[in-house]
This record gives sequence, structure tokens and C-alpha cells, in this order.
Amino acid sequence: MGTVSSSSAPKTGSSAATRKVAAVCFWAWQWIAAGVAAAAGAPSARAPDTIAARVAACDACHDAAGRASAEGYIPRIAGKPAAYLYNQLRHFRDGRRQSPAMTSLVAHQTDAYLREIAAHYAALALPHRPLPASRATPAVLARGRTLALDGDRARGIPACAACHDASLGGVAPDMPGLTGLPRDYINGQLGAWKNGTRRAAAPDCMAEIARALGPEDVAAVSAWLATQPAGPLAAPGPRPAPPLRCGTLAAP
Amino acid sequence: MRRIGTAVAALVALAAGGVAWLAAAGLAEPADAVDAPVPAAAPDAARVRGAYLARAGNCALCHTAPGEAPYAGGRAIDTPFGRVYASNLTPDAATGLGNWSADDFWRAMHHGKSRDGRLLVPAFPYVQYTRVRRADADAIFAYLRTLAPVARPNRAHALRFPYGSRAALALWRGLYFRAGTYRDDHARDGAWNRGAYLVQGLGHCGACHAPRDALGGSARDSLDGGTLAESGWHAPALGGGAATDTLTGAARLQDLVAYLSHGVSTRRAASGPMAGVVAESLQHLAPEDVQAMATYLLALPAPVRPAHPAPTASAVLDAGARLYDRHCADCHGADGRGAPPAYPPLAGNGALTLPDAANAIRLVLHGGFPPGTAGNPRPFGMPPYRLQLGDAEVAAVVSYVRNAWGNRAGLVSAAEVDRHRALSLP
Ligand code: HEC
Ligand code: HEC
Ligand code: HEC
Ligand code: HEC
Ligand code: HEC
Repeated sequence: MGTVSSSSAPKTGSSAATRKVAAVCFWAWQWIAAGVAAAAGAPSARAPDTIAARVAACDACHDAAGRASAEGYIPRIAGKPAAYLYNQLRHFRDGRRQSPAMTSLVAHQTDAYLREIAAHYAALALPHRPLPASRATPAVLARGRTLALDGDRARGIPACAACHDASLGGVAPDMPGLTGLPRDYINGQLGAWKNGTRRAAAPDCMAEIARALGPEDVAAVSAWLATQPAGPLAAPGPRPAPPLRCGTLAAP
Repeated sequence: MRRIGTAVAALVALAAGGVAWLAAAGLAEPADAVDAPVPAAAPDAARVRGAYLARAGNCALCHTAPGEAPYAGGRAIDTPFGRVYASNLTPDAATGLGNWSADDFWRAMHHGKSRDGRLLVPAFPYVQYTRVRRADADAIFAYLRTLAPVARPNRAHALRFPYGSRAALALWRGLYFRAGTYRDDHARDGAWNRGAYLVQGLGHCGACHAPRDALGGSARDSLDGGTLAESGWHAPALGGGAATDTLTGAARLQDLVAYLSHGVSTRRAASGPMAGVVAESLQHLAPEDVQAMATYLLALPAPVRPAHPAPTASAVLDAGARLYDRHCADCHGADGRGAPPAYPPLAGNGALTLPDAANAIRLVLHGGFPPGTAGNPRPFGMPPYRLQLGDAEVAAVVSYVRNAWGNRAGLVSAAEVDRHRALSLP
């Protein structure tokens, strides 16, 4: 590498010795950078140092915009509350939600990284894909609407709107919206809570609610919710006090 | 299935033919059965060391059910012979190891027998753990005793007849199991011996990296490459430090150390079951231990690979090249050099040109993320293509990357891709 001319050293050192160290570091850095460039040849692929690039793999299913896919099952994740998304990613990793497709991708990621991924999607305020027209009968849709907005007090079923916000669009940071989701997905989640394959922190209010719903209730509420378009983001809060205790919600 | 049936028939014939000594060998406990316990230097030091050694053995991975208390057992492990459940290792008296002594624990680790003498199924890798020294086993036991007891009864295995029977296990042990701790090879240096001890023993690398026959047995200490029956992943032969390298000397050792401890290196990325081994076990080991393992692996003879001629121009490779430009080049580069450690290079990556194309097929179908580790905490991911590309397309693009940029390996058929679609994740 030869001698280091002091004129190339940054002029910040207070003594000759520090100047010399700085100069050597500077040259070493140039030399390493040159070596890396030579080894890599013509720059081929580039990895942008962004969270979007790191999780581009997720977009194959959740769309570049994190919207629900046309597949009819995969849920939107953009604009959902950050703490909610973080909990779901942990649940897939730790086996409290079952989806081999999801689990295999997040199985070996740290809490800190999952939190960062969740924050990334929560901040994406994007217009969502238009929903397919429902094939349910008007009577079924009306029943679904009643359950979602008023509940069924006689059978101890609270209105979904009592927790998921009057708009059903969710409330930051931990209450997910129920709008803009595929019917089969909502159906599947209520079924998973009923049979214990989806679990949230105890007391798991959604498990209680899912168990209180009969098969026709599930079909009706899923069908109606799937006709409700989503806004870009969950409401900022504060969230209404829930009629049941939910272990997953932060104390207000 | 038929192969297994035939093998069982052959085994039964063997046994009936009077080769009963096999079973006897499997059942008899040699004189050193219960080595004298080694008094631990200081109980606390032993526990700390035990926690470290339990990491090296990845005990928590199998002995923790998803979403449940660590070490309380109950995790299901699928084998070609049925499903087995790992045991509760917490010190609960009724359902765990509460009433076990260090001698009982040693008998399990070294001889593969439970406290009551029951022969344990070899999904518990005692074929490898038998290499572990008594002092290390005692330290692990001391650590396990510090866990909070969890009452969780063990679940009965669901093995098909006759695999779970004592007779079948005894026969199996006669064929494939010899108890014996690791003994230093004095012709080798300390690092090599430490590496061999960890790889052959607690690391139980051979549980995946050894070829298995129809009865799930393998040659002792082999690391000649094996396929995981339930998921189809191929754990490559590890001789010469694995298939990959064009690197030499210190750079080669450094690259292997990076792969084992961070899950990515300038040459490759860990995926599938190996991502779990790195995340749960290897990344937590002391640098000198990982270095020792790498030293040992590099010193093993490299596997002989069949030579492949340069591919002749074909419609399949042309189609593969077009698919590559469209779907893959953004990350892995038109020249296949990738952008390591974010995107691994495909040019000159031996993980791609293994005789068995399983891993490349599985990555293209299902995507993946290297493990999140202290050395690489925010990995970049590879997208799954199973929804976008058909079997013939996946076959074409995998055939292409196996033969572009100087890579040479056999072409892949659509039928092979289809077979992988049906296998379980990860
Ligand atoms: C192979 C397709 C696929 C890929 C790739 C994928 N997902 Fe998913 N994701 C799904 C499916 C299917 C579900 C619904 C799972 C269920 O049934 O509970 C889901 C559910 C989710 C949920 C829960 C949403 C909710 O409202 O509860 C989150 C969060 C999520 N994915 C994030 C991600 C992230 C982050 C990535 C990338 C690391 C990713 N997904 C990659 C298919 C995929
Ligand atoms: C007592 C409050 C409460 C009520 C009432 C309630 N939910 Fe929920 N719901 C929650 C909480 C909390 C979550 C988040 C659970 C988690 O973190 O996994 C949730 C999540 C969900 C999800 C999962 C969303 C996703 O993207 O995966 C669905 C679906 C759902 N609720 C449907 C309903 C329906 C339908 C009703 C009405 C019949 C309802 N909920 C009523 C509290 C409530
Ligand atoms: C690859 C999975 C796997 C790993 C890794 C593993 N085990 Fe196990 N282990 C099992 C299974 C499965 C059983 C049940 C065997 C049986 O009941 O026949 C078992 C049984 C045992 C038993 C016997 C318990 C009893 O009640 O008889 C002990 C002791 C034990 N393991 C200790 C360990 C220790 C210590 C480690 C780490 C050094 C470890 N295991 C790592 C799968 C594993
Ligand atoms: C649970 C099964 C399993 C265990 C246990 C396991 N491996 Fe692996 N290993 C794999 C699979 C599958 C691959 C291929 C995946 C990949 O290329 O990333 C692999 C890949 C590797 C590679 C890269 C090989 C190459 O040619 O690129 C090395 C090196 C390696 N393993 C070393 C080890 C060591 C050392 C141990 C013991 C400490 C070990 N493995 C234990 C399954 C396993
Ligand atoms: C968004 C960037 C991205 C795209 C697009 C992409 N890959 Fe990858 N690829 C990765 C990453 C990241 C890994 C490491 C994954 C892991 O370790 O689990 C990887 C790993 C691989 C591997 C295994 C390499 C090894 O060292 O084991 C193969 C083979 C591969 N990709 C082929 C492809 C093919 C073929 C395509 C196009 C069909 C493709 N990739 C598209 C990012 C990408």
C-alpha cells in the first residue's frame, strides 16, 4: 500500500499520531472498498437498505400494497394497527396461529424484527382492492349486519362494533378492523377460534365470542362484513372500553 | 412404503433365523452402563455450563410444544414410522424428570433408555448423544433441575406396528446403535477434537446430514448427506465444509463460520430446517466452538460429485432463462452474483448444484427467510412462487440456475416439482 501522504489525511486530528491513524484508516477503507468492487465485478443486484426491500417476499401473497389478495382468502395487512400485526406475527411463529405458509417465513425471526415489520405495514395508508359482490341472500346479509352492529343480547353476543370501532375499521394500536377482508378468511378465523387453533392472550375474548356464535351466525356475519370496504388506516383511538375482557389489548 | 415393508420382512426373517444376538446386543447394558457421576466443580458453574450445552444440543427445540412452556414436552415429531412426542424434561415429579437421578439421566443420554428401562425411540437422537461425556450430561441435568416444574403428562407415541414395540426397537438398536462417549484422536489438535466432539455428539448433525436406509438407520458418525423424509429437504454431505466453495484457506473457514453462526455468508444462506439449527442453537455458541466445528468439517474428505457436461441448448433452459430474467434477476442479478449477505449468489453456489435439487425447488415454491440472528438480525426474504408458477415453469427456472454462469447439474422434471408441492412445510 506504500506510504501514506499526510496531505490525504483528514485534518481533524489534534496530533501527528492521530492524523496518521486516521490516514491509515482512510486508505485501508479505500483499499477494502476497491477489493469488494473488484470481487463483485460489474455491480449486479443491489439490496436497498429498506424495510420494504427486506420484506418484499411478503408481497407475493399480500400484494405490494399489503392488500387482500384476489385469491379469496389471504387477508390485507396494510394499515392494520401495529401492535395487532406484531401479535399475529409472534403467534404464527410461536404456534398460537396455524398457517404453515406464514409460520415457515417467520419461524426464526426475533421479536425486534417482527415489531419493525409490523410497524412498516401499519404505516402503509393505501387504497384497498374493491371487494367482490356477495352472493349471500338479503336475509343472510341483514342478519349479519344486525350481529355486527347490534349483537344478539338474548344470546350474550356483543356487537362486533362495540370493540372493532363503530366504523368496524379498527382502532390503533391493537384493535384490528373487520372491513376489507375476504369472507372465507373471516369464516376461517372464527372457526379457528372455536376449535382452539387460533389463540390470543388470555382472557381470549374472541374465543368466547366465536364459541357463542352458531354456524349460521358465522356465515351471516362473515358474508356481511365481506361487503364492507376498508378505509386506508385504523382509527387513531382512543378505543371504546370492550364489553368483555381481552388479554391482548393494552390497558387503556 | 413397499421398500419399508420388504425391509421389515427381511428383519423378521433375520430374527427368526436365529440371529438373536442382535437383539441381545441391543438390550444388554455394558459394564460401564452407569459411569460414576463426575463431581461438578461448583453447582452454579455447572448449571450455567449446562444451559450452554443444552443450547448446543438444541434440546428445547424438540422438547417444547409450539406456544407452550419451554422443556415441558408434547411436541409432535413426524417420522416415516408414525408420530412421536418429545417428553417433559422439567423437574415435575409426576410427569417430568422430578424423580430422576443423574444416573437415570445418563442412562437416557448414553444408552437411550428411560428411567423404567423402556427403550426410547431414536427420534430422540441418542445415537449421537451417546458421544457426550458424563460431566457434560451431568451439567445439562443440573440445568434442567433449575427449570420451573410443569405438570404435563407425556403423550403416547402413535407409531405403526411393529415399530414402537420393544422387540423392534431392540432389533433396531442392535443394527444401528453402539453406546460410547467420544474419545480424543491424539493425532489431531484440540480444535479438531472439540469440533468432532460437538458435531458428532450434542450437535447431532448426523441426525439430518447422514444418509438413512429404509429403517431410518445410518452409519455411525456419517455426514454423507441425507434427505428429511417428511419435508423433502436435503441436508447436504458436509465433507470439506460442504459442497459450496471456491474459497480456500482462512477465507473458506471464515465463510463456513459465518454461515453457521449468522445464517448467511458471502457464499450462501441457511434455509429450511438448517435455519432453525442456526437460530436456536449454533448462533448462541462461543466463537471458538463454532470455529472448532468448522475446522472439523473442513478436514473431512469432500464428497465426490458426479461430473456434468455443459448443458446443450434446450427449450427448457431458454424458458428458464426468460423466467429468471422476469422473476429472479432483480435480487440474484442477471449475472447470478446476488448481493450477499442480503441475496445469496447463485453463480458458483454449490447448494444449488447438489445431485438432489430438492432445496432449490423448495425455495422457489415456498420462499424463505434466513434466520434472524445477532449477526444478521433483519434478513431479506425470498418470495414463494407456488401460486404464480406451474410445475413445468419451476422445473425450467431451477434447471436454468443449476446450469447458468458455469454451474453444472442435472435438469429437473415437472414431476419432481409436483412431488415437492405435496410435501409438508417448512
Ligand atoms: C404464501 C403466501 C403468504 C406469504 C408469502 C405471506 N403471507 Fe401472511 N398470510 C398468508 C395467509 C394465507 C394468511 C392467513 C393465515 C390464517 O389462516 O390465519 C396470512 C396472514 C398474515 C397476517 C395476519 C393478518 C391478520 O389480519 O390477522 C399477517 C400480519 C401476515 N400474514 C404478515 C405477513 C408478512 C409480514 C409476510 C412476510 C414475512 C407474509 N405475511 C407473507 C399468506 C402469506
Ligand atoms: C370484546 C371485544 C370484541 C368484540 C365484541 C368482538 N371482537 Fe373480534 N377481536 C377482538 C380482539 C381483541 C381481536 C384481536 C385478537 C388478536 O389479537 O388476535 C379481535 C379480532 C377479530 C378477528 C380477526 C381479524 C383478523 O384480521 O384476523 C375477527 C375476524 C373478529 N375479531 C371478528 C369479530 C366478530 C365477527 C365480532 C362480532 C360477532 C367480534 N369480532 C366482536 C375483540 C372483540
Ligand atoms: C430431534 C428431537 C429431539 C432433540 C433435539 C432432543 N430430544 Fe430428548 N427426546 C425426544 C423424543 C421424541 C423423546 C421421547 C422418546 C421416547 O419416549 O421414546 C425424547 C426423550 C428424552 C428423554 C427421556 C425422557 C423420559 O421420560 O424417558 C430425555 C432425558 C431427553 N429426551 C433429554 C434430551 C436432552 C438433554 C436433549 C438435548 C441435549 C434432548 N433430549 C434433545 C426428542 C428430542
Ligand atoms: C434438522 C436437520 C438438520 C440438522 C440437525 C443439521 N442440519 Fe445442517 N442442514 C440441514 C439442511 C436441510 C440443509 C440444507 C439447507 C440449506 O442449504 O440452507 C443444511 C445445510 C447445512 C450446511 C450448508 C451445506 C452446503 O453445502 O451449503 C452446513 C455447513 C450445515 N448444514 C452444517 C450443520 C452442522 C454443523 C450441524 C450440526 C451442528 C447441522 N448442520 C445440523 C439440516 C440440518
Ligand atoms: C426479493 C428478492 C428475491 C427474489 C425475487 C428471488 N430470490 Fe432467491 N433468494 C432470496 C433470498 C433472500 C434468499 C435466501 C433465502 C433463505 O435463506 O431462506 C434466496 C435464496 C435462493 C436460493 C437458495 C440459495 C442458497 O444459498 O441456498 C435459490 C436457489 C434461489 N433463491 C433461487 C431463486 C429463483 C430461481 C428466483 C426466481 C424464480 C428467485 N430466487 C427470486 C431473494 C430473492
